Order: sequence, then C-alpha cells, then structure tokens
Amino acid sequence: MNTIHKIIRTWGLPLLVISGFLLTGCQNGQQLGSSADAASKVYVSPGEHDEFYGFFSGGYNGQLGVYGLPSGRHIFTIPVFSQAPVNGYGYSEETKAMLNTSHGFVPWGDAHHPELSQTNGETDGRWVFMNENNTPRIARIGLNEFKTQEIIEIPNSAGNHASSFVTPNTEYVSAATRFSIPMDDENMQNMDVSIDSYKENFKGTISFIKVSDEGKMNIDFQIMMPGFDYDLSHAGKGPSNGWSFFTSYNSEQANTLLEINASKNDKDFIAAINWKKAAEYAKQGKGKMIPGEHVRNYIDHEEGGIVKSETIDKVRVLDPRELEGIVYFLPTPKSPHGVDVDPTGQYIAAGGKLSTVIPVHSFAKMQKAIENEEFEGKVMGIPVLKYDSILHGEVENPGLGPLHTEFDGRGNAYTTAFISSEIVKWNIENTEVVDRIDVYYSPGHLMIPGGDSQNPDGKYLVSLNKITKDRFLPTGPEMFHSAQLIDISGEKMKMLLDFPTEGEPHYAQAIKADKVIKNQKRFYKLEENGHPKATTSEKQAKVVRKGNEVHIYMTTIRSHFTPDNIEGVKVGDDVYFHVTNLEQDWDVPHGFAIKGANTAELLIMPGETLTLKWQPKKAGVVPFYCTDFCSALHQEMQGYVRVSEKDSDVEIAYGTGQ
Amino acid sequence: MKKLIGLLVISLTLFVGCGGGSDTGNNKSASTEKESSGLTDFEQKNGIGPVTEEIQLPSNIEKELAKKGEALFETKCSACHKLDERYVGPAQRDLLDRRSPEYVMNMILNPAEMVKKHPEAQKMLQEFMTPMPNQNLSRDEARTILEYFRYMKKHKDQMEIQ
Repeated sequence: MNTIHKIIRTWGLPLLVISGFLLTGCQNGQQLGSSADAASKVYVSPGEHDEFYGFFSGGYNGQLGVYGLPSGRHIFTIPVFSQAPVNGYGYSEETKAMLNTSHGFVPWGDAHHPELSQTNGETDGRWVFMNENNTPRIARIGLNEFKTQEIIEIPNSAGNHASSFVTPNTEYVSAATRFSIPMDDENMQNMDVSIDSYKENFKGTISFIKVSDEGKMNIDFQIMMPGFDYDLSHAGKGPSNGWSFFTSYNSEQANTLLEINASKNDKDFIAAINWKKAAEYAKQGKGKMIPGEHVRNYIDHEEGGIVKSETIDKVRVLDPRELEGIVYFLPTPKSPHGVDVDPTGQYIAAGGKLSTVIPVHSFAKMQKAIENEEFEGKVMGIPVLKYDSILHGEVENPGLGPLHTEFDGRGNAYTTAFISSEIVKWNIENTEVVDRIDVYYSPGHLMIPGGDSQNPDGKYLVSLNKITKDRFLPTGPEMFHSAQLIDISGEKMKMLLDFPTEGEPHYAQAIKADKVIKNQKRFYKLEENGHPKATTSEKQAKVVRKGNEVHIYMTTIRSHFTPDNIEGVKVGDDVYFHVTNLEQDWDVPHGFAIKGANTAELLIMPGETLTLKWQPKKAGVVPFYCTDFCSALHQEMQGYVRVSEKDSDVEIAYGTGQ
Repeated sequence: MKKLIGLLVISLTLFVGCGGGSDTGNNKSASTEKESSGLTDFEQKNGIGPVTEEIQLPSNIEKELAKKGEALFETKCSACHKLDERYVGPAQRDLLDRRSPEYVMNMILNPAEMVKKHPEAQKMLQEFMTPMPNQNLSRDEARTILEYFRYMKKHKDQMEIQ
C-alpha cells in the first residue's frame, strides 16, 4: 500500500488530468502500472457484446443481477424473491403466487447463492438456481426468458444458507439449514421449548431436491443432522461424483453469543453426504414420511404463464443413525465457511475462517479411511474420520480469514481472505501459495466462470467485496457493494476493473454468453397465449360486470389501448384490467398504470397477458396510460375510466375511436 | 514516463474511436437518400424484403386461403388497420390499387427496413407517424393476408368473407 500511495503522490495528478474520465481506475491508484492494459481488456465497444453473462445474487434485495463480463455492465435484474414494482412481479394477479409460502405471502427474500445448472459437470445455460435464506426456499430461474419459473419452500429448515448447489447432471439441488431449531423425535415439528435446551432438542436438516428434465423441483429426501449451523456446500464431481460436502460450525452447540461461544473448538466438521446411497434408500422407501408442509409455486406455461401454487404436506426424512453410510464427518479447522471441490473432483478445500491454514482433504484418502474405519469417534451416531487420515495438505499463510475457493482448471486454486482483504492463489497439488493480490475491501465469495464445475473458463476472476468505502462516488451512508474483475490468465493476477453491484451479492456465477443466447425467447406468440383472460384481437376486447367485479379485457399495440374509454365502473368495485400486448416483435413491451392503484404497474411483454387489480375509492374520471415509451405517439397512449357512485345507474360502456 | 505515453496513446485512440463512431452514424443517415434513390427497379415497385421475384397469382381468388388471412389479419393487424377507414395506419380495402402484391408482402415481412429505405414507405411513416410493427409473420402467413386483401378488393360490399 505504501508504494501505491507513493506512486499516487508522484504520478496520480498528472495522470488524472491527462487521461480524465477515460481511465478512472487511476483515481484509486492501485495497480497503476497495468491500468492502460486493463482498460483495453475490459473495453467492449458500443454495439459489441460481453463474452460472459454473470449472475450475481442481490442478497437482501432478493433478486438476481445480470452483468456482462468483462465490462461489468449491469444489463438486467431478474425479480426472484422480492416484489418488483418495475414490472409488477409479485403484484400482478398472474405473478403474486410466486411469493406464496406456508407462512402466507412473503414479499421479500434474502438471496444468496446462484448456481447454474450443469450437464456432465459443465454449466449448460438452462437454469440458475438460487436460495432464499430467511424463509427457506429455492428458486429456479429459466434462462430462456430470464424469469423465475419455480420456487419451492424447504420444510424443517431455518436460515437456508448452505444452498443451492447442484450435482454434476443437475440430478439434485441441495439445501441445508443454517439455524438448527428444536424438532421433536417423532415428527420433527418445531417445539415450544426453552432456548437453552439447545443441546438436547435442536437439530438440523440437509435436503436433496430432485430436478426433472423439465426443471420441476420436488424434495426427494431430507437427512436429519446434529444441531450445528450448516454453512456452505458443493457437490463432488468426477471420482467424487455421488457425494456432496457441507461445512458446519457451532459444533459447540451454543445458543447465545455465538461470536464467542461457537468459536471455541479447534475443529468443526465438513459433512460428507453419499447422496447416491441416500437416494437409493429413499427409492426403497427407507426413512419415514413425516409432516412437512411446504409450498411449491410454478409458472404454468400452458395456461398463459400464470403462477400456480400447491401445498405439499409430507416429506421423507432419513436418519443417519439408522441408515449406515450416508454421512461422515471430516474434522476441519476452524468454523469453516466455504467448501469447494476442485475440477478433478479429487480435493476438497475448506475456508476455515478462523483458521491460519486452508485444509485440503483428499477424496481418495477419505474413501480409504471409511473403508478402514479410521474413526476418531461418533457424533449423533455419525462417524468422525481422523483428520490426519484424510488430509491432502494445508496451505500455509493463506491470508487472514480464508472464506471461499474457486479454480482455474490449470491446477490452481484462488481463495478469498476476508480479514486481510486479498485473494491468494495456490497450487492444489503442493498446496503452496504462488501469488496474492489486494482487493478492496474484504472479499466474501469469489467467482471464476465455471469455477465450481469440471471445466472452468480460467480467464477472469471476480472478487465480491463486502465493504465499499471509497471505491465509488459517495452516495450517503448506504452504497452498492463493490466487485472487482481480475485477470487470471497469466502467472500473476492483474486487477482490471471495479464495478458496483446491487444489493449484496454473496455468490455469483458466470457462463459463456453463447450457451445462453441460443435459447433466448424474444416474444410470446399470440397464438400460443393460453391465458384464460387473454384478448388476442381488438374485436374481442370487452368489459364484463360480474356482481361487484368488473373485468376489462384490454389490448395494447403502438400506440393505443382498446378499449380506452370505459364507463359504468362504480366505487367499491373490484376492477381487473386483463391487458394483452398484441405486439409480436422483440423489445416492444407496453406498460399499464392507473392513478391511485395500490399495487404497481404492469409491464407486459409482446404476446403476454397480465392483470392489474384496482379498487376505485372515489367517483370521477380516472386516467390510465402506457408507462414504457413505445413509439412517437407514446404520449397519446392513454385512456379514461369513469367511476360512478355505488348506487348510480351508469351502465357498462366502452370503446376506442368512437 | 513510458507508461504515461502509453496512457496518452490509449486515451487518444479511445477519443478517435468515439469520433469515428459518430461519423459512421452520420454517414448512415446521409447515405439513406443515396441508397433509396439507388433502389433497383424491382425494389422501387415491389419493396425491399424476402420477396425478390414476382409472385405468380392465380386469376381466381382462393377463398380458404383468404379466410386464413382474415383470421390472421384480425389478430395481428386489425388493431391498426381497418378496411375502409384511415386508422392508426391506412385503410386496406384499396391497398392493391396502390401497391403491388410483392410490395404488400415485403411491407408485412420487413417493415423496419422498408420505412428506413423505401421512399414510399418513408412517406407513409411521415404521414402516419407510427412505424408499422414487425408482427413476425411467416412468408406463408403473409401470403394468406395478401389473398384476404384480394378478396376484399373484389367484394367491396362485404366486411367479412362470406
């Protein structure tokens, strides 16, 4: 840092003056020598596309941010776990069911780990899965339409953090509970017990969600676990395919001041789960079905894209005390956070966040230790393997607070060190540190495109930093989180770019753009619109009263609504605007907003039907209009609804152009 | 100092790059006229698009085909076009008195390029202000709509195919 400051003092000012806004990287002075080179590496000329799509979780905004890499341009936000007034997601009649849970409608979520679907251990561009931490759920986002297509709730879980990681052919998405909760022995129901009965009553669960070829998710089985905090996970691959690994902390089983009380043990555990074996048990009907109410919401594409909800009452639970060989504990120092399996599937690296080394376990040694029963004991009936029997090596001096590791496919691993704000590159085979680079500031996850798959694109690395401070123009007390793009194509890592990210991206994944582009939907075909309230030609537009419900079957096309004059609506009515966009071309959505609506606008894609519910409260004439600038006559795209008193005798009447 | 010069060069390149970009933009709009006057005789008469040869039309109208066209016209076109009155776009009954069948097909199938390059389509845009949207019809579908126009031109008393 000292040298950097010296360079700023010597060169900073003239450089700033000369290169001006073109090379803003210089303002912060860091990696000054490579800035010119860096600018050309991240520059994507106007009209050109980025090489990669990056999918960044929005953390506490609940959504999924889409960024182009290497430019760092924010190109889209996919609404997932939170209502999005920008297009009416979670507000419109069609989409609001996507946020249903067994707790009722939940308008917000905390999104953590986006995970691309895989085929043969490689990202395939079909879906992104993402977990919600607070009210445990997993979402499946379809990359053909960049839409949340399904959300399933996870029962018997609290703080769904160690999720949503896929197996190499997306057979399963796994999820595990961060907060253990009291569960009774018989039916695993949450209990009204004293919190300090933690050790006696609290348990955790790990869930495996089966994914069908079409993407449909259902919970195949859960595994009952000791009451620790389960933190992160990754599936095995290659030789370790069939296994998944979950870190845990709080093996002390503390229930208060975890900061101190859960940091006492020298080692906690990685749970190694033989999911193939567990799946066989489940298939044979082993374990038991217990009450486990959870809600599954999904887009019904057959019926005009309306979201439907179903409640599932039961879930299969496997008890590792009764079913041998499905769980083993790998002792791992110390409160490990990330657990990452290298592309060859031979090594399992753990980010022991309070540890001074990065332990790397060997899958082959683990198997041998299981075979030879090299156990140091059992915890809740689960065998604990001997640390020395399974260890491949320890990375010395990996920086302070190692959290997460990804891989470049050339034998190197990259680990974030949260406390010392750096990324450390090390050789997997000999566990020696080969390079390190400062990042700004305090990185959590890091991401290499395909970096948790069997075939990483080891060109770029993105550091997802938790602290922003002075990296961008200040925006008051709150600011976007900073991400940094690093060139990892050479021996030495090179800093290329800072870019701001929405919410708090925890994890991110990226994929070569062409794997996604080829499946893009550009509009919905009108003739395939199966929405029961669709109006596929202006001739069918109508207004129908049903008791105190008024249904307005409306169409939009540049640049008018049909009907655009509506009378006969009364105070106290429930008015439903079923708006169909008749356009059949790319990028011609129309918006719909009406004064005083207590929801949000609709943003209707070409060929789609969406419904806004409106409850007029006063008599008068109320305007509505198109919110998305659609053509030269967009300002003319408007209409009126006449609202009469409850007892008035104004009849329903409507039209356009009469 | 070397680095400094390097930066300067890059900055200049970027500036020049930007300048070049906007020049190209100007050239494009300037060349529109050139290109429009440079249309082939076929394009002048029949428009620009996938239809590049004259279509052989049978002398009698195929009613079944026209009916398919009528249904498509209702869904994809009628929000802006009426048969006998000017609406968002021009009236369609007498369309084939003004335009060749090939022109009609090209306008349906390739409206964006037509309003950019064809002088007749440009005139229409200036008059009606709303550019005709691409409704992504197939060539076969556009052909059915052409048949519907042929039918409606002949049966001036009908509002629907009878």
